[in-house]
Amino acid sequence: MIIAEKKPIEEIIQEVKEYGRILILGCNECVTVCEAGGKKEVQVLASALRMYFLKEGMEKTIDERTLERQCDHEYLEELREDIDRYDAVLSLACGVGVQFAAEKYMETPLLPGVNTTCLGANEQRGVWTERCQACGSCVLASTAGICPVSRCAKRVLNGPCGGSSDGKCEINKELDCAWQLIIDRLKALGRLEEYESVAPIKDWSTDRAGGPRKTVREDVQI
Amino acid sequence: MSNKTSSKLEKVLRSGHLAVTSECGPPRGSDPEAVKKKGEMIKEYVDSVNITDNQTSMTRLSSLAACIHLKLAGLDPVLQMVTRDRNRIALQSDILGAASFDINNILCLSGDHQSFGDCAQGQNVHDLDSMQLIQTVRHMRDEGKFLGGDDINGPPDMFVGAAANPFADPFEIRVPRLAKKVACGAEFIQTQCIYNLDRFEEWMKGVRERGLHEKVFILAGMTPMKSAGMAKFMKNRVPGMDVPDEIVKRLSGVEKKQQAQEGIDICVESMQRLKEIEGVAGFHVMAIEWEEKVPEIVERSGLYPRPDV
Repeated sequence: MIIAEKKPIEEIIQEVKEYGRILILGCNECVTVCEAGGKKEVQVLASALRMYFLKEGMEKTIDERTLERQCDHEYLEELREDIDRYDAVLSLACGVGVQFAAEKYMETPLLPGVNTTCLGANEQRGVWTERCQACGSCVLASTAGICPVSRCAKRVLNGPCGGSSDGKCEINKELDCAWQLIIDRLKALGRLEEYESVAPIKDWSTDRAGGPRKTVREDVQI
Repeated sequence: MSNKTSSKLEKVLRSGHLAVTSECGPPRGSDPEAVKKKGEMIKEYVDSVNITDNQTSMTRLSSLAACIHLKLAGLDPVLQMVTRDRNRIALQSDILGAASFDINNILCLSGDHQSFGDCAQGQNVHDLDSMQLIQTVRHMRDEGKFLGGDDINGPPDMFVGAAANPFADPFEIRVPRLAKKVACGAEFIQTQCIYNLDRFEEWMKGVRERGLHEKVFILAGMTPMKSAGMAKFMKNRVPGMDVPDEIVKRLSGVEKKQQAQEGIDICVESMQRLKEIEGVAGFHVMAIEWEEKVPEIVERSGLYPRPDV
């Protein structure tokens, strides 16, 4: 899922302080699961902002709302009748949701309340780690199911590099070397001989490098 | 204003002459003779010569190496540097490399997307953008520091330039975009090829209204058309290029073998008109793979001989 983390409250205050009527808009998908922008986080942030502005003597209306998703027209449309009541919307969705809302409501400032960090997994309660960078051309079949694109700091496709030490990466002793993990898993699978096949130069045109991606499924289009 | 660098281009501009620059594309191989020959052909007719940096994303001999060849041949090269292929470490490193060969001009660009070239599957870097590269070179030169904050032992002595396209969309931000590049520290501008003179004049009016022509030297970009076919291609296929119908008609109206000469005539006539515009500080003549025509264009435009500065 998409992982996000809350922006520092000071940054959010800077974003919203010029506006009088503010809607804090949560999203019930990924950001709810990673506890950055769901209904609960909307409530906590709204209370913190109300207290701050009250203390500063600044009159604000701060409303709360959480949509099922902010990356779907259908749910974002639910805002249409109310959008004019606000001077700004602070979205706690990932970058996708903020933008989709901004595209829809051209005359309302849409501000981000979280930083979108990665596509990751819930490693343990309160810990999320990256697993995918959406390169658009999956190599996991040839890397024992472990992704060197997202998990190697150099994106080395024929690793490990010389910086791998005791199974850890040179940039951070807490970070597993992706290639150590690949080798360990190849061994467990009894397929270590596959290590010697050289990964060819990758086609990055399906990655962000090739420009913004668009996926079209004619078979499901209406 | 006194010169800030050892650049010949800067000296010509600051002494009030209309400057003339041109450009050479490096070869698609390791033999430098072709680019040296191009340089030799135009040496007496221009003040400085741009060396393109893997233009249209086709892999070529490096801009820096070609600049060195031309510098050693007595020309004043302008190092074109795109942010597509190098991160901030490599950019700063190559700037110092160029400075170590007394290359005194740089043109900061973002570069064409790699999908247009021979490595469409490649990554692009864009760690910095063109405006940030302008700031980087100025920071290195003026503060004598790396981006990381450490002192540079022998900062680069470079006159810093940028490109401007008066014709791209949306038109309303064309002048503000130039203002941003000036604010970032651009000292000279080389524009996109100009065919729509009315539009260019409108842009220059906006430039003068904001006083930008007094803060940056604007060199008008000129590319002679070789044929009616080239004019049609540039009109229809090259993004951000504004080729009026009259140009296509005029070229189509003469015999095929006369079209190249007609293209040169149009170029010279345009330069004569543009010379009169307040704020035009010179010309950047990009005769693409047609460098042998640069002397004629410069001479007929009344810009020869070049000043001795």
